[in-house]
Amino acid sequence: MKKKDLISITDYTKDEYLRIMELSREFEQNPNQDLLKGKVIASLFFEPSTRTRLSFETAISRLGGRIVGFSDVGSSSVSKGETLHDTIRMVSNYADLIVMRHPLEGSARYAAEISSVPVINAGDGANQHPTQTLLDMYSILKTQGTLDNINIFMVGDLKYGRTVHSLLMALSQFEKPVFNFIAPYELQMPEEYKIYLQEKGIRYFEHPEFNEIISEADIIYMTRVQKERFSDPIEYEKVRNVYILRNQMLKDTKPNLRILHPLPRVNEIHNDVDANDKAYYFEQARNGVFAREAIITHTMNLK
Amino acid sequence: MKDHIKKKLKLKVSAIKDGTVIDHINALSLFKVIKILGLDKIKNQITFGTNLDSAKLGRKAIIKVSDKFFKDDEIDKIALIAPHAKLNIIEDYEVVEKRIVEIPDVIHGIAKCFNPKCITNNEEISTCFQVISKEPVRLKCHYCEKITGQDQIKIK
Ligand SMILES: [Zn+2]
Repeated sequence: MKKKDLISITDYTKDEYLRIMELSREFEQNPNQDLLKGKVIASLFFEPSTRTRLSFETAISRLGGRIVGFSDVGSSSVSKGETLHDTIRMVSNYADLIVMRHPLEGSARYAAEISSVPVINAGDGANQHPTQTLLDMYSILKTQGTLDNINIFMVGDLKYGRTVHSLLMALSQFEKPVFNFIAPYELQMPEEYKIYLQEKGIRYFEHPEFNEIISEADIIYMTRVQKERFSDPIEYEKVRNVYILRNQMLKDTKPNLRILHPLPRVNEIHNDVDANDKAYYFEQARNGVFAREAIITHTMNLK
Repeated sequence: MKDHIKKKLKLKVSAIKDGTVIDHINALSLFKVIKILGLDKIKNQITFGTNLDSAKLGRKAIIKVSDKFFKDDEIDKIALIAPHAKLNIIEDYEVVEKRIVEIPDVIHGIAKCFNPKCITNNEEISTCFQVISKEPVRLKCHYCEKITGQDQIKIK
């Protein structure tokens, strides 16, 4: 049987998205299941990402699996100049599954080609982070009851933000989504994604300002606007306080609205939003454990 | 036509007995084509002309290689850099086959990914691209998924 790697969000069909949603719900109801008993999972973090690593390692532990690996390259043979090729060849002889994060783009696809065991991409540079997308989708499904007809506002860095690109691709597989993009000029949604939506006949709107327009939203997906993305520091100073969500802005929004953020945040969601019932980003992170349990069991054909 | 003009024309396109004529190369790409095909390293007889008039390309170049017949993957390499090139396969002074160079749907090796953070530029890996557009050429990296445009293409 062909091994089921998860490298890019487009590796999954719509049926597989739905299967992951169903499994995530099962794991939320019953998180501790000994499906990975006797299995060894390699957790290879070539760059540190405490948040993602803890989420994965919690998911593996709840499934009864054991973890080998490293959380930064300083302590591994990689720092002695070992190639990714050799590391993966070696580790795939030891483990039943590889979860990897790597700063270089395309590294996970390459690792999957070398590895004899399945590979799950936990982020390859600015390229893909598919488990984040699946937990975002699960969060949308949980809060909206459906993945169809979602009106979503994506705010912040839409140019480099891999999470918004993957979520756009995934939601496009469902019925009639409406996308609204709010971003500073330098960080607008790339042309290729807009063309993709046009070709699929999916509606999208671009807004220069972050204001009352959000009253139509079912989901507001906030992202970080990072200083290093701007070629001109003055441009950053101009927009740094413009794309901030504050509690007062939520006054006339829909009751079903929920606010998502892949975390960590800097200042783009004001603390005064946290107490609002529409703030969902901390639960969203919690959903990550269930979604990752689902992805791991699906990848290893355990359910 | 007068005899001496005929002779002159004939000289300009001096025939080879067996081999390959690569015509309709954009003049600016001539030396790249020579390098990519490794023609600067082989012992075959080669003649080339450049800055010849061409209705289609403005200035074109032509290369004639005696006793050389290119394999498919070698032709792929030409396609990427000289998409209008035409090959004439010559046997005993006759054109026995004409081939249009076409960019394949998938390109293995040959080109470099333009993304410096791509794994293929950091480890010894053969590149692979899906050709998402042929005119202008746009290559989607199989690994980092970034798109290399026509003027960013570098040959490995
Ligand atoms: Zn690449």
